[in-house]
Amino acid sequence: MAFDLPTIWAALIAFAVLAYVILDGFDLGVGILFSVFRDEHDRDIMTNSIAPVWDGNETWLVLGGGGLMAVFPLAYATVLPALYVPLILMLLALVFRGVAFEFRWRTRRWKPVWDIGFMMGSTVAAFTQGIALGALVQGIRIADRQYAGGWWDWLTPFSLTTGVAVVVGYGLLGTTWLNLKTVGAVQDKARRWSLILAAGTLGLIGVISLWTPFINRLYFERWFGWPTAVFSGFVPVLLAMCALALWHGLRTGKHLTPFLAALGLFVLSYAGIAISFYPYIVPGALTFHEAAGPDKSLGFLLVGAAILVPIILVYTGYAYWVFRGKIDPGEGYH
Amino acid sequence: MQFTAEILARIQFAFTVSFHFLFPALSIGLASYLAVLNALWFWKRDEAYLRLFNYWKTVFAVTFGMGVVSGIVMSYQFGTNWARFSDRAGAVIGPLMGYEVLTAFFLEAGFLGIMLFGRKRVGDKLHLLATALVALGTFISAFWILAANSWMHTPQGHAITPEGLFVPVSWVEIIFNPSFPYRLVHTVLAAFLTTAFAVGGVGAWHLLRDRDNRLAKIMFSMAMWMAALLTPAQILAGDMHGLNTLEHQPAKIAAMEGHYETHKGAPLILFGLPDDDAEETRYAVAIPKLGSLILAHDANAEIKGLKAWPKADRPKSAIVFWSFRIMVGLGLLMMAVGLWSLWARWRKTLYSDRWLLRAAVAVAPSGFVAVLAGWVTTENGRQPWTVYGLMRTSDSLSNIDAPAVAASLIAFIITYFVVFGAGVFYIFRLVSTPPDLLPQQELEKGPVRAAGLTPAQEPRDGV
Ligand code: HDD
Ligand code: HEM
Ligand code: HEM
Repeated sequence: MAFDLPTIWAALIAFAVLAYVILDGFDLGVGILFSVFRDEHDRDIMTNSIAPVWDGNETWLVLGGGGLMAVFPLAYATVLPALYVPLILMLLALVFRGVAFEFRWRTRRWKPVWDIGFMMGSTVAAFTQGIALGALVQGIRIADRQYAGGWWDWLTPFSLTTGVAVVVGYGLLGTTWLNLKTVGAVQDKARRWSLILAAGTLGLIGVISLWTPFINRLYFERWFGWPTAVFSGFVPVLLAMCALALWHGLRTGKHLTPFLAALGLFVLSYAGIAISFYPYIVPGALTFHEAAGPDKSLGFLLVGAAILVPIILVYTGYAYWVFRGKIDPGEGYH
Repeated sequence: MQFTAEILARIQFAFTVSFHFLFPALSIGLASYLAVLNALWFWKRDEAYLRLFNYWKTVFAVTFGMGVVSGIVMSYQFGTNWARFSDRAGAVIGPLMGYEVLTAFFLEAGFLGIMLFGRKRVGDKLHLLATALVALGTFISAFWILAANSWMHTPQGHAITPEGLFVPVSWVEIIFNPSFPYRLVHTVLAAFLTTAFAVGGVGAWHLLRDRDNRLAKIMFSMAMWMAALLTPAQILAGDMHGLNTLEHQPAKIAAMEGHYETHKGAPLILFGLPDDDAEETRYAVAIPKLGSLILAHDANAEIKGLKAWPKADRPKSAIVFWSFRIMVGLGLLMMAVGLWSLWARWRKTLYSDRWLLRAAVAVAPSGFVAVLAGWVTTENGRQPWTVYGLMRTSDSLSNIDAPAVAASLIAFIITYFVVFGAGVFYIFRLVSTPPDLLPQQELEKGPVRAAGLTPAQEPRDGV
């Protein structure tokens, strides 16, 4: 395996998407939880906990999308039309959830309406992201450098299941985030829901992991063939350890551990998907070498990424640090 | 008209990008305005600047939020609707947009939270820095996206592979393509003017109600300085932009001017009805030779008419003819208001000349209209090409069914009007509150923009 530009970029794009999933995952999760946290004051605290950071979190999505166009234009040009309906729905959902942060403070009478928009927007965005993932796992028909399927091909039981799984998983990230950032009744409720959602997340990870190898022979060989089976054998073991840490952390009233453990579940599932995909970017149809643009484009952007991504991580970390600590439930009422 | 996937996708792009740009037009200008107010507060410790900062900060937060979500739609639309364009030109314009994300969007997003909610947590100095970095981010963003857009108008620095893919050869040539400097200057000035007239209109509105409102005076005065100084600069920049376009996209100029015939010493058609089928501009009111004088700075220069190009390569004249006149008309109107304000300032009646104040309220939205009219001129005048002279719009489309595009277009229209309509309504409500009364007013309405760990309304606000 040579570390040529497409390989480096495949890793970078994968990193951007992972950063998006875990960062926006918890704030979409907080939105999803509006369906069970109905008290207005609780909801104020919940949005307060993510208001200063959500925009930065969502920027990773723009990097994932924009980066894909820059370095894997062929993948961008075939995957996006294939996922036309779920992506448009996701964009519309993100519109609702993004403006709700501001709008719910600008009105009394309509506040509940924007709260519903926030909840629905977050849920639909999570669901359609899950569908997109499932549809990608199933594969996309490409002919003559173009998407060659219909506009409902993405709709299958499998993609709907991955959609539900992402909603439940983001919900778990949301509850463990609230367990970290809040006190009192909100925290207690978040902890209780963490247990339920953790069970759901693990169950769905199990279902999807067992289902995936039978979708495409590629995955089957990857997971059960030698020598990759050894490597892929690790992932379930680590998953189990994360699950244990999550459960234990919640039982013993830890604040940070459950959140980190939930992140661990996501990182590991993501690694599992990466193992299945490699070296494809569109499974079965397009390797990342085939999809890559010219080296001149990849090299040009890599210079910027190599310098800027570390800087971005530093000041993003700083922004989180500025807003560290628990939300004061009295704050916001002055 | 036949609603093909192509025409629907074009309408969708035009609709979503026009909505999107309304927000940057205000947030680019407001970000700098806020940085200036913050610096003035830091420097002079005059409470008034802090109050003004907090007043416009809320408007900025709402505008910026809408800019972000409508922008994300744009960056995915290239793939969903314009896949063949993305495949063929992605290697050239993709990295430019990638740099925009890395250098601008992260910067804006990273410091926005601190700017909006962090003053107490980080102190005045770092807060000032955060505000300045957000403003810097908006410029960097304009730089890259306009480089990408300008390359589509005046492509250079690339090669075309046998499969028809555009590949970069020289990034310097790609970024600093011939129309880019003009478009960058003209667009950033446009954003500043849009903001100046919006802020000035709000100041004037409150002065009309309460002639002693000090905060309203400050914002009105600052805005009118901007108006007086930048409108002439903008008109000059627009003129130079036009010369540049004449050199590189003469068909666009012919369409903007409503010229079908090639003239030596072309007239300036003030008004008329361009008719693309009959290939003539009906009812034209024209001034002889002035067209050549303005466009080529030579009264006898030859200006090509649309008939010099085959029909399939011509932009349609009717839309750009009018959008161009709307933009220029508004530019002249804005300059008139700017000069009037100078005159009133000199006469010491800036805050009391009620007709000036009324005029400022009336022209408050003119920047937004001019900006959209300008973009329509630029983009529609590029047709029928996406990459000028090299790739046609009809070859840029995704392989996607018309019903899919139609359904998403309808969904976008409904969502945008509901969501952004509400946002604009909230902005109107915010700015209709007189500036110094804001803290108390908001208190009655319940929680202030408490989002964030620190409530935005700091104790200093007199709460
Ligand atoms: C001259 C300036 C300009 C122009 C022509 C455009 N934009 Fe824009 N855009 C901005 C200036 C801007 C900005 C000032 O940087 C914004 C506005 C508000 C904001 O949040 O940042 C922004 C936001 C913004 C975002 C959200 C960034 C974030 O997550 O923070 C995206 C993805 C885009 N834009 C993408 C686009 C695309 C694909 C465009 C072309 C079709 C486009 N913009 C035209
Ligand atoms: C915010 C500023 C912009 C505005 C207001 C704007 C406006 C428009 C309009 C009105 C159209 C439709 C033209 C027509 O079909 O007659 C259009 C098309 C298009 N523009 Fe722009 N544009 C902007 C920026 C950009 C940028 C920065 C890019 C590229 C990086 C771009 C790329 C395109 C493409 C791909 C199309 C669709 C194909 C076409 O119809 O030409 N635009 N735009
Ligand atoms: C009155 C004098 C003005 C002149 C002569 C002028 C000239 C022009 C020209 C020739 C273009 C088309 C460039 C192309 O070929 O693509 C243009 C575009 C544009 N104009 Fe103006 N303009 C004027 C005033 C304004 C004002 C007052 C605003 C806004 C406040 C404005 C905003 C824009 C924008 C946003 C564009 C599209 C971006 C670009 O191509 O630069 N213009 N202008």
